[in-house]
Amino acid sequence: MSRVRVLVGTSKGAFVLTADGKRKSWEVNGPHFAGWEVYHLKGSPADPNRIYASQSSGWFGQVVPRSDDGGQSWEPVGNEFVYEGDVGTHQWYDGTPHPWEFKRVWHLEPSAEDPDVVLAGVEDAALFRTVDGGKSWQELAGLRGHGSGPQWQPGAGGLGLHTILQDPNDARRIFIAISAAGSFRSEDGGSTWRPINQGLRSEYIPDPTAEVGHCVHSMALHPSRPNVLFMQKHWDVMRSDDSGDSWFEVSGNLPTDFGFPIEVHAHEPDTVYVVPIKSDSEHYPPEGKLRVYRTRTGGNEWEPLTRGLPQKDCYVNVLRDAMAVDSLDPCGVYFGTTGGQVYASPDGGDSWEPIVRDLPRVLSVEVQTLP
Amino acid sequence: MIRVVLPTHLRTLAQVGSEVTLDVSGPATQRSLLDALEDRYPVLRGTVRDHVTRERRAFVRYFACQQDLSHEAPDAPLPDAVVEGIEPFLVVGAVAGG
Repeated sequence: MSRVRVLVGTSKGAFVLTADGKRKSWEVNGPHFAGWEVYHLKGSPADPNRIYASQSSGWFGQVVPRSDDGGQSWEPVGNEFVYEGDVGTHQWYDGTPHPWEFKRVWHLEPSAEDPDVVLAGVEDAALFRTVDGGKSWQELAGLRGHGSGPQWQPGAGGLGLHTILQDPNDARRIFIAISAAGSFRSEDGGSTWRPINQGLRSEYIPDPTAEVGHCVHSMALHPSRPNVLFMQKHWDVMRSDDSGDSWFEVSGNLPTDFGFPIEVHAHEPDTVYVVPIKSDSEHYPPEGKLRVYRTRTGGNEWEPLTRGLPQKDCYVNVLRDAMAVDSLDPCGVYFGTTGGQVYASPDGGDSWEPIVRDLPRVLSVEVQTLP
Repeated sequence: MIRVVLPTHLRTLAQVGSEVTLDVSGPATQRSLLDALEDRYPVLRGTVRDHVTRERRAFVRYFACQQDLSHEAPDAPLPDAVVEGIEPFLVVGAVAGG
């Protein structure tokens, strides 16, 4: 029987949650890297026992642990992330120039083919790659160097590169997103990049339709249709049918179109999940009701999913990397909250149960579907 | 031999106990001591000092002999009691941070 392994990064360590294909009875393993922030951890599609983690601390900086046994044991690998060439400046919060400074790894994206190859999105925003299993990291400097970098500015959580999507049909095509710069696409494996933000509108920048400056919170695609992208932006849920060349809004009947994560169902390319929250700055569910919203039409028509989720007095948030789907049938959906709960739905979102209730603040959730 | 006491998280990372001892070649300074520490435990590179500038990380402090040595020049001699192994050199996580 298939199994699932849920990888949870929190503000005080990482946890590995495992269950069989029924996804009812869970084993909780952790904390790993206790006391450290774990922004993200993700397994290699090519070797599911190979898992990379981003372990960081305000005191002691960045560490990248690697597991070769499915998260039972870990070994630190390389942690040297050095920007290429002239560091240059981005915008500070007030629009003044500020030099690039490495702070932490936000997102790790292992290659589909080679377990030793991983892309890392970091703060201050840049993309790094390892080809030796994490021992050394080199910046793909064409992203910061393509010209718009001086216009990028940090979102409330920092200037982070948080989304990395690889086209399953073309390993040279990569999509990334940065808060607050926008989304970008490379057609040559990460050497050169272009902004893909036409159609986005953001009232918090001087020109609401500018080429860069948009606070994209997360993006997702379905492997069978990688030219269709979905985006949760700092206000607005957006969709592109042409690989990001143009975007249109699909917020439809959502109670609020602010939120952080967005995910696509494993088997239904038009089924998409978001978690609407109130903003500015409240960042908790409307009316104290934790509701995942699902569209089955590729956007605009959304239904609330509430069964098993708290429907009163709930004031948690779900962060941008804290939602994921497995590839079982029916598709499992998972998300973690800033209150430390990790919820699982083994039926595509129809019903939910907490796997754990009292972890530290959940920063990321990823799922591996294992044979 | 110079005694170095690391904070808990770095002990875990380096898989060492409460105190490590190091031989330092040449003059014993913060720089030569930390170079020796990182040579012995490469996993600590970047966790006490910045990878590129080799400067102390902002939320790390150095204490010895009941004194704060965090702002001493990296090439200033360490106190005699540290060099002679009577007192340890403490790498400390600042109260704030993390």
